[in-house]
Amino acid sequence: MNWARWIVFAVALAGLPLAVGDFYVNLTSQIFIAAIFAASLNLLVGYGGLVSLGHASWVGLAAYLSGWLFLKMGLGHGITAPVALLGTTLIAGLFGWISLRATGLGFLMLTLALSQVLWGTAYRWASVTNGDNGLSGLTRPAPFGISLEGPLAFYYFSLAITVLAIWMMSRFVDSPFGAALRGTRDQPRRMSALGHDVWLIRWVTFVYSAFWGAVSGLLFVYYNKYIHPASLSLTNSAEGLLGVIAGGSGTLAGPIVGAAIVIFLKNYVSAYIERWNMLLGFVFVVIVIFMPDGVVPGLRRLWMRWRSR
Amino acid sequence: MNSALQLGGLKKAFGGLPAINGVSLEVIQGERRLIIGPNGAGKTTLFNLITGDLHRDAGAIRLFGEEVSRLKPHQRAHRGLARTYQIITLFPKDSLEHNIVLSLLGLSKVRWDAFKPLRGHPDLIEEAGRVLRRVGLEHLARRPIGEVAYGERRRVEIAMALAQKPRLLLLDEPFAGLSREERATVSELIAGIPREVTVIMIEHDMDTALDLAERITVLHYGSVIVEGTRAEVVADPKTREVYLGD
Amino acid sequence: MQFWIIQSLNSLALGGLLFLLAAGFSLIFGLMRIANLMHGSLFMLGAYIGVTVLKYVPNLWLAALIGGTIVAIFGGIVERLLLRQLGSNVLGQVLVTLGISFILADFCLIVWGGDPIPLPTPPALQRPIIVWGVAFPTYRLVVLAIAVVTAILLHVLMDRTRLGAMIRAGVDDMQMARAVGIPVSKLFTTVFCLGAALAGAGGIIGGPIMSAYPGLDADMLPLALIVVILGGVGSLLGAFVGSFIIGAIYTFGTALLPDLAYVILFLPMIFVIAFRPTGLFGRQGA
Repeated sequence: MNWARWIVFAVALAGLPLAVGDFYVNLTSQIFIAAIFAASLNLLVGYGGLVSLGHASWVGLAAYLSGWLFLKMGLGHGITAPVALLGTTLIAGLFGWISLRATGLGFLMLTLALSQVLWGTAYRWASVTNGDNGLSGLTRPAPFGISLEGPLAFYYFSLAITVLAIWMMSRFVDSPFGAALRGTRDQPRRMSALGHDVWLIRWVTFVYSAFWGAVSGLLFVYYNKYIHPASLSLTNSAEGLLGVIAGGSGTLAGPIVGAAIVIFLKNYVSAYIERWNMLLGFVFVVIVIFMPDGVVPGLRRLWMRWRSR
Repeated sequence: MNSALQLGGLKKAFGGLPAINGVSLEVIQGERRLIIGPNGAGKTTLFNLITGDLHRDAGAIRLFGEEVSRLKPHQRAHRGLARTYQIITLFPKDSLEHNIVLSLLGLSKVRWDAFKPLRGHPDLIEEAGRVLRRVGLEHLARRPIGEVAYGERRRVEIAMALAQKPRLLLLDEPFAGLSREERATVSELIAGIPREVTVIMIEHDMDTALDLAERITVLHYGSVIVEGTRAEVVADPKTREVYLGD
Repeated sequence: MQFWIIQSLNSLALGGLLFLLAAGFSLIFGLMRIANLMHGSLFMLGAYIGVTVLKYVPNLWLAALIGGTIVAIFGGIVERLLLRQLGSNVLGQVLVTLGISFILADFCLIVWGGDPIPLPTPPALQRPIIVWGVAFPTYRLVVLAIAVVTAILLHVLMDRTRLGAMIRAGVDDMQMARAVGIPVSKLFTTVFCLGAALAGAGGIIGGPIMSAYPGLDADMLPLALIVVILGGVGSLLGAFVGSFIIGAIYTFGTALLPDLAYVILFLPMIFVIAFRPTGLFGRQGA
């Protein structure tokens, strides 16, 4: 963990709004949200060796829980946030139990099927979710009375949460539990023989990963003040996965870089191209075939090669 | 005399093929048992049944008097069982030290710590160093497994199992693929295992293994053909038949 | 009474269509260990191709044949050019199929637009069959019949032909199959094309009932997945039984409890996974 690099980075980010206008400030806020999403997914994918295509579920569950409690019960953020996080984490516990009845591709298919069931329910259970209209009229919280309406305030709020999230995840990854998790990825049978409860390690990671996914979901709904079933779609889960793979799943930084790339692409390219899905698909195919390790390791390799000229 | 391992009528079949055909045996605590038999006799399958990697079809498995056939492999490890594998299954991208640390974590409460960095547990790292010293590999502690010689990797396999401070140690072909010098080193290692640990070894290489065995079980087509002291088994004509007959 | 008849036949028809989809998916996964996430898109692509083909060839069955073939060829190209590249990188193969499903989705949107396009029911089958004063929608019965016939043909293929024997061998034990000299490479392409053909033709056959619309792929894929999870991977019988169970649950669920139809789908899957992780009829763990 090269602390110096991260601190410099955080400080640079803190100073970013001084250099750029509102558009880029908002864009970077979006990157923060995507970064937490991708990094939390990577706990499962990169460190656990379990590929999930259902990560968007946590975004949707947390966002809808928060929105519904606010709209239908009139509860304030002080209550809706912890309830949304708790509720999502509990459902993640159930989904994790179901999905971990299998590993590898079976696990992938189960996470996908479960996530699609949630997505379909979000569309159909209109009495609760408002179906295709989504939930609008949502608000941003005002921690300690500070309004987060403006781009700057929201930016620093999400930066703070992101720093906290990444810090917690880095502790997780460096801890004995993280080492055991990586062990289960590399040699699950050996780990069992050593006394590690491989299933439990995976389940705990699944739930923890979902928790941070839910956090990104809350930030998402606060940013947009709106939630729609499309946010639970396979496309969203795939975007997160793309961020992880593009950036490189072996490190903590990789998914963050990957998420930034995906958000940039979305925002720039969508101005010129209507068909974001098609581009996403192409990028997927290209990266998987030509840069399977991801951009961060790929760049590192190029850097090494350039240095040894 | 306390029993370390007791198998009663153990059976396992794959599809229609019986791999273990009603095996019963008992290993006393502190004993050095050798299990031999031609290829396909079911030796590794037997180990996998004892460790729980495979589910038995029928029969009893008693570890230090406790019936364990319903327990998962990691639960059996917590009851004092450790094993090595025929094919080396280490963590190739990690250092020797890290490999041993993973082994130490397996039975330690510390493995559930999800917040404090691993480096913040110096006692673990020290213990790993001590384990590596016992097998003569402390000088390579920081090297990744992928970079050390095959013979050294075999020793790490054994070190990992010893790190668990097991009561019953299963060694699956510990001499496989080793040169003569390496075999001598590993043989010394195994001979030096303290008496509190019961050792059961599967081996093909009779020359080296025979010295280490006190009792021998000969397995053939999933059944016990001969069993007894080293002298008895070596003299028994059935043993020769099994190896030379077919 | 009429309501129950209609819903029952709707579920049987849906079950039949799901079988066409799930059978291919299950075979591809069972043999090649590829979770073909573009399978739903192939179904949708077939439906859209059917829309165009029907303009020139006004016969639905011919269109299904032509469409199925085109989709099969597309599938074969993807398998040879892209999936083959990735060898044993199982995750990579899944992600590539996912990427292609996105590409196909937008492609269909560009070419055929965003409005749902129904396919015309063949005129001969438009009038309901009246039995004892009750009207049975004819086309749905026909779809059911097609599914059953396909199931029988597939069963014969798997059980009585050399190709089927090779597929079964490959599903059971790939290494042995290779060792015995089965041309694995050609087998993979053949099975992939077969699966794609079933999906594509299914889309056209289902067209009069479901129409071709953006999102058809996203609607069908999870159903097919649940069928395969429920019925067990690599099992044709499992795909058959599972398809009709899911078809029934989905249809009646949507009719009786529209809000929670998806949640109800959930339940048999959880139940089966909890007690038989390999599915109702599957032999291999996924």
